[in-house]
Amino acid sequence: MEFALSSEQTLVQENTARFARERLAPSAKAREEAHQIDHALIQEMAEHGLLGVNIPAAYGGSEAGVVAYALALREVAGADASVAVTMAVTNMVSEVIHRFGSSAQKENYIPKLVGGEYFAGAFALSETGAGSDAAGLKTRAQKDGDAWVLNGEKMWITSGDQAGVIVVWARTSDEGTKGISCFLVEGDTPGLSAGKPEEKMGLRASHTVALSLDHVRVSDAQRLGQVGEGFKIAMLALDGGRIGIGAQSCGMAAAALRESVSYAQERQQFKKNLASFQAIQFKLADMATHLEAAWALVLQAAWLKEENQPFSQQAAMAKLYASEKANATVREAVQIFGGYGYTEEFKVARFYRDCRVTQIYEGTSEIQRLVIARALLKQAAQSQGVS
Amino acid sequence: MDFKLSEEQVLLKDTVRRFVNERVMPEARAWDRDEKFPLETVQEIAAMGLMGVRVDPKWEGSGLGCTELALVVEELARGDGSLALTVASHNGLCTGHINMFGNDAQQEKYVKDLAQGKKLGAWGLSEPGSGSDAVAMLTSAARDGDHFVINGSKIFITQGTVGDVYVVLARTDKEKGPKGVSAFILEKGMEGFSQKPMKEKLGMRSSDTAILNFDEVRVPAENMIGLEGEGFIQALQILDRGRITIAALALGLGMGAFEASRRYAMERRQFGKPIAEFQAIQWKLANMAMELEAARLLTYRAAHLCDQGEDFSKAASMAKLFASEAAMRATDESIQVHGGYGYTAEFPVERYYRDAKLCTIGEGTSEIQRMVIARHILKDAAN
Ligand SMILES: Cc1cc2nc3c(=O)[nH]c(=O)nc-3n(C[C@H](O)[C@H](O)[C@H](O)COP(=O)(O)OP(=O)(O)OC[C@H]3O[C@@H](n4cnc5c(N)ncnc54)[C@H](O)[C@@H]3O)c2cc1C
Ligand SMILES: Cc1cc2nc3c(=O)[nH]c(=O)nc-3n(C[C@H](O)[C@H](O)[C@H](O)COP(=O)(O)OP(=O)(O)OC[C@H]3O[C@@H](n4cnc5c(N)ncnc54)[C@H](O)[C@@H]3O)c2cc1C
Repeated sequence: MEFALSSEQTLVQENTARFARERLAPSAKAREEAHQIDHALIQEMAEHGLLGVNIPAAYGGSEAGVVAYALALREVAGADASVAVTMAVTNMVSEVIHRFGSSAQKENYIPKLVGGEYFAGAFALSETGAGSDAAGLKTRAQKDGDAWVLNGEKMWITSGDQAGVIVVWARTSDEGTKGISCFLVEGDTPGLSAGKPEEKMGLRASHTVALSLDHVRVSDAQRLGQVGEGFKIAMLALDGGRIGIGAQSCGMAAAALRESVSYAQERQQFKKNLASFQAIQFKLADMATHLEAAWALVLQAAWLKEENQPFSQQAAMAKLYASEKANATVREAVQIFGGYGYTEEFKVARFYRDCRVTQIYEGTSEIQRLVIARALLKQAAQSQGVS
Repeated sequence: MDFKLSEEQVLLKDTVRRFVNERVMPEARAWDRDEKFPLETVQEIAAMGLMGVRVDPKWEGSGLGCTELALVVEELARGDGSLALTVASHNGLCTGHINMFGNDAQQEKYVKDLAQGKKLGAWGLSEPGSGSDAVAMLTSAARDGDHFVINGSKIFITQGTVGDVYVVLARTDKEKGPKGVSAFILEKGMEGFSQKPMKEKLGMRSSDTAILNFDEVRVPAENMIGLEGEGFIQALQILDRGRITIAALALGLGMGAFEASRRYAMERRQFGKPIAEFQAIQWKLANMAMELEAARLLTYRAAHLCDQGEDFSKAASMAKLFASEAAMRATDESIQVHGGYGYTAEFPVERYYRDAKLCTIGEGTSEIQRMVIARHILKDAAN
């Protein structure tokens, strides 16, 4: 057992923490109000190696691994969760292209994503009728000579209106999960259009849009992976994505805890610091304990992925636990701030709004529980089969 | 034992419910987004006699009880927490304070207009440095002939800018702790009295909240409510009653969230069936319904005790604590039931979730309620 970070991981953590503190935290509120992240900021993140943390150097990535990715994302999320989700999806898109793409696809797209030439990558799986039940998607891709013609509507696509390249899942046959394939669609492809960003409770600097595909033609060279392999690709990508959501949750929880500890020591009522009341101390203790446990789960899942071991169940546990406890933590943070926490003047109100989505996207808490239960039952059945 | 509302109470509840469905629900999203205080709607509520629910008809009120006020606030909150907060604080805090403790001249001059909604009322206790520890207030009122001169500031005051009549708690004696506080009626426009809006709240965004500043404000001595030094005791009694209305407000938000979730769960299909067919969703709905039922019983019971003239302080704290925490859980789960849609303003549940958080903070935080309850319990045991 080894709980220490490597010197490279420590470096990533420290550099990102500094970047987050200096370049993200002070301007997070302004970005939220503008509903916008500047491309220049994305490019700055690229210079810090944040857009391809787990991508080989050959493609311009930092090649720092999955644990380092979790470390970096946690720091970014603690400063600005909207930037964190943008960063997470871009990393995820690079990773999925790296894992399943042809060499031409890798050479063409990854450097642009990692280097910040593109504002972002986008991941277009969900539809209005297909959220938890992603295999229920209706977007179609039809073969037309050497090309594919995509028609349909996607929903909830993070950075969908700003992305240079979008991974689009579409049905290529009616064979359930085996009838789905995956395509790389460039942001300016004719026939592709984006709706207005959704009015959301939080993550307001990040755009979440509906995408409409109206006879979008892409060549067969834009297909990612084999025909019919799309659903598998999505599930594998989401397994990794869940580590990211776990890390984001921990980042927000850590920031909320930090704000709470300092406020509890400053604010006086009944001639004492709030921190001198047991009711407040116990809240802080619980927040810290949950964060510690959540972070251990996230790091474990990241480590397993880095070691090329199965990590799906551990990633689901990390995402489930970290997101639920992070939300409990931000709620308590608002409570500790009392009336002040209820105003947007303090950061905890934004944390409260931003954090809620961690229990929803990349698989709701219920879907994580299904994944975990399914794994448990499968393991039990297998061990019975053996004995 | 009788667990039924009277016919009149049912009628009142239904009337408000219909009004909310027709006039409030369609607008609440825009009010929240624009932080718009819906003055016209408040006037419609006034026309229904709901701005002076508990005030004697002699002073132009509806002459109803604590239970009826709770029912009104519950139904309003089902549609819009902010509007419910407006009506609750106008009725319960400002109007209630003058009506309960004021003299006839004050009823005539202020309560009549407040009860008809011709004037809006605000109530100022909290200060930047004294929230939970209200006794530590610094705002002072010094006697100068037949006037008091008020200096200081108040924070988080509901109806702080839209209000016309303000009940303000101020220290008339620095030495006497809780017995050194008195209550005064101020009017907007008095010299030296200014209001600064507090925009951008997490929730309750279309309820008006403000900072009040008092710079040598001269208030006629006849505007003191009750006797000098009685203000804090009065305030505690107002807060006891206020807790019942906040409990009702929380209950209403929870009910709004529950009803939206049930409707959505029956409509939304995933994996080829309505999500209401999954146990995971059924359990959520069952828990919401059960907790809200318990919250309702605690709330109505506290209101009933209050109407019967019995001791209700512990019951009110329990109702407020339980209902507000139940509302937090219900509104949280309702976002979850709605999935990604629950995170957007297209459905009301994200607003309910933001609004509900106020209920664990305002009129005594959850921690303060637990302190009150514990004090009662330990005192009861000692006796
Ligand atoms: C801000 C934001 C950003 C997003 N970004 C992206 C993106 O970039 N790309 C993308 O493809 N998608 C994205 N999503 C979509 C997100 O992944 C979906 O919202 C999520 O998968 C849930 O789907 P849904 O909203 O349709 O909810 P539904 O699937 O309709 O779920 C509703 C409720 O039913 C429950 N439920 C569903 N099935 C079951 C079951 N079998 N058993 C028990 N309970 C069940 C759910 O847990 C939930 O509580 C984003 C969403 C948001 C809010
Ligand atoms: C939208 C809104 C509307 C409001 N309307 C009004 C109004 O109309 N009139 C009015 O007078 N006020 C109003 N308030 C103020 C409200 O009553 C106060 O915010 C509340 O009493 C808490 O005070 P505080 O904000 O100073 O928090 P603090 O008292 O500073 O409390 C901070 C935290 O410490 C905890 N704490 C404090 N003391 C203890 C202790 N002894 N033991 C354990 N924990 C403790 C609290 O529970 C809380 O978690 C409003 C507030 C809001 C947000």
